Amino acid sequence: MIDFTLTETDQAIVDYHRAEALICRKYARYYDENEHEMAPEVLPEAEAFYAETPVPPRGGAEDTSPPVMMALYSMISHWGDYTIRLKRTGGGLGNAALSAAGTPEQQKKWSGLVLSMAITEPGCGSDPSRVSTSAVLDEATDEWVINGEKIFVTTGIRADAAVIWATLDKSAGRAGIKSFLVEKGTPGFDVPHKEKKLGIRADDTAAYVFTDCRIPRANLLGGDESISKKTSGGFRGVMKTFNMTRPMTAAMGLGLAEAALDFTREQLAEAGVEIDYMAGLSSQTAAAEKFIRLEAIFDASKLTTLHACWLAGEGKPNNMESSVCKAHAGSSVRTITQGCIEILGSMGISREHLLEKWTRDCRITDIYEGTGEIQRLIIARGLLDYTRADLK
Amino acid sequence: MISFGMSEEQELIRDTLREFAADALRPIGRECDETSSIPEDVLQAAWELGLTSTQIPAEYGGGGEARALVTNSIVLEELGYGDAAVALALAAPSQFANAILDHGTDEQKKQYLPLFCGEKFHMASLGLLEPGPVAEPMRPRTLAEPKGDGWVLSGQKSFVVLGDQASHFLIFARNQDRVDAFIVARDAEGLTISEPELNMGLRGLTTVGLELERIEVSAADRLGGEGGCDIAELVNNSRVALCSVLLGLSRAVLDYCVPYTKDRVAFDEPISKKQSIAFRLAEMHIECEAMRNLIWQAASYLEQGQNADAQARYARTYVNEKSLWIADNGIQVLGGHGFIREHPVEMWFRHARTLSVLEGTAGL
Repeated sequence: MIDFTLTETDQAIVDYHRAEALICRKYARYYDENEHEMAPEVLPEAEAFYAETPVPPRGGAEDTSPPVMMALYSMISHWGDYTIRLKRTGGGLGNAALSAAGTPEQQKKWSGLVLSMAITEPGCGSDPSRVSTSAVLDEATDEWVINGEKIFVTTGIRADAAVIWATLDKSAGRAGIKSFLVEKGTPGFDVPHKEKKLGIRADDTAAYVFTDCRIPRANLLGGDESISKKTSGGFRGVMKTFNMTRPMTAAMGLGLAEAALDFTREQLAEAGVEIDYMAGLSSQTAAAEKFIRLEAIFDASKLTTLHACWLAGEGKPNNMESSVCKAHAGSSVRTITQGCIEILGSMGISREHLLEKWTRDCRITDIYEGTGEIQRLIIARGLLDYTRADLK
Repeated sequence: MISFGMSEEQELIRDTLREFAADALRPIGRECDETSSIPEDVLQAAWELGLTSTQIPAEYGGGGEARALVTNSIVLEELGYGDAAVALALAAPSQFANAILDHGTDEQKKQYLPLFCGEKFHMASLGLLEPGPVAEPMRPRTLAEPKGDGWVLSGQKSFVVLGDQASHFLIFARNQDRVDAFIVARDAEGLTISEPELNMGLRGLTTVGLELERIEVSAADRLGGEGGCDIAELVNNSRVALCSVLLGLSRAVLDYCVPYTKDRVAFDEPISKKQSIAFRLAEMHIECEAMRNLIWQAASYLEQGQNADAQARYARTYVNEKSLWIADNGIQVLGGHGFIREHPVEMWFRHARTLSVLEGTAGL
């Protein structure tokens, strides 16, 4: 049945994570201003919070499905702050790739590690088939020899290991691209610096350099060494992970947008600006009208994101929907946060408040995990029944 | 539990209406627009599908199905996909019937609901919009002055759908800060029904103006009786219904543009292979998805009896903006062909422009 309400259990989970997120927000400004300090893995408040706060019940079959709850959790935690967590758990994007493309043995072996995902290179971003980091098999030692450079690696410093994309044969294009797991500390794997950014400054974004870096032959994710034009299994395997990570990325940006809306709503209320959903244009302020529009855009984006997740939970294809929600959220969070600044004026740009930070932080939503343009390319191909070659 | 899953019944209804819209509505849309009329047999065919009577309780002669506002939204999306003007005409009797069903007293239900359960198409209409600038549904200029146990209604209404053949009108009027709806018979003393109005879009749909000159109504004529009723909920229902029609229309534009752009060649290739066109189609699809989710959210809130003031307003604000963008860009994608009346996109643009200023004109 089509329904948009949270069950009691859902609500308890939401409330719990909101309480966590509010504590994290206290640290948001500090780690934004001090970009190159790493936020602690566990905040000082964590012990008391977890001791005093009862853990919410787990959802059952009558409650909202896990992928939808994951998106809600993602929104709430980012509503608190993009980076800071009361207690950091879980992995990076590489962990999603491992679950999607790794063999059962690989999943078992590496599931305890935090894995970053390194795709982007200085000369290749949206078109990963241009990856030039190379992997050459040394049959004498049964090792892969990796050479190349990766940038914008999320969780790059904190990660225990990286899932990287490298090509076995550049002339084979996408079919030659495979993903490999490279553990930190492997000779030839260097992490030269953390990137300097517009927003999400506290976030751990690194550059990687591989120089004759040797890894075991068994570190090829999925284990398939063949280069077949038809299947390009490794590439597809990793592209498939985007169907869940794109909605999650959308949800992250939406958490920031929601924080901006909540702050703006409070400030409007304090200033005595009433918001009346039944009022027409002649009986409401322009600020209230504008605010309602931003709220509408937010709900549209949020629901579209939850829809993509719900499909995943049902085991239904969500390739189009994950691009739809990512494209929608990418542009809506820009409109929402910048719109909130316009409504609040100078208060919106002051570093005394977090609105300007949320605006900077959420700007990445429309760029990483496939820019808005890439999402539209995917959607247009779907609509027009075009291949990658038909529409570039 | 958050779920976007249609029931099997909803899927069946969607498929049935989709077929009906393709067979019965789409082929006559242009003719209705050019002749400012809708063939009676189409209204009758839709009547026989039970659009209005299905959710009226069996004791009044209806189908006895539960009120299902999400399902109704799915129905209206499909009808709007066929033709928006005809969709509104088909939904028109329901707006009156459902207002009585949801808010009427037992006496009112007994008196009016059986009218909508007969074999022949029956019309009664809402008088919510008013002439003059700026629509304020919760602040009508039409007044209800108390007199004895009843009221005296004075004012004007516009865009009264199929008012030329309505047996009754539900008139929204204000008494100081309170808004109520009053049932007024077609032959009430002091009521003048105008000639059909001339509108930009939805030309097939006959609408009239009403002149109310000191019409006396009794306490029993107030919708909901002594306590009146929640007018905001009626407005919200109408907003969701209008949005659903606009969504269907938007999808129609997109589905028309896709094959057109694949056929139309410029600079040695179909224009669909150019990102400026392809991205616009992608944008249309993205917004159709977003609109549907907002509409379903509002419909679901209303269905479950929750306050939907914000959700219905979100849908209205968002759908107005995006459906107009889509209809406008439908013209742009077709270029000169979008401007001539050989293709439907100019008509759909006029429909969208007209629908986006209406309230209280669709009521499933």
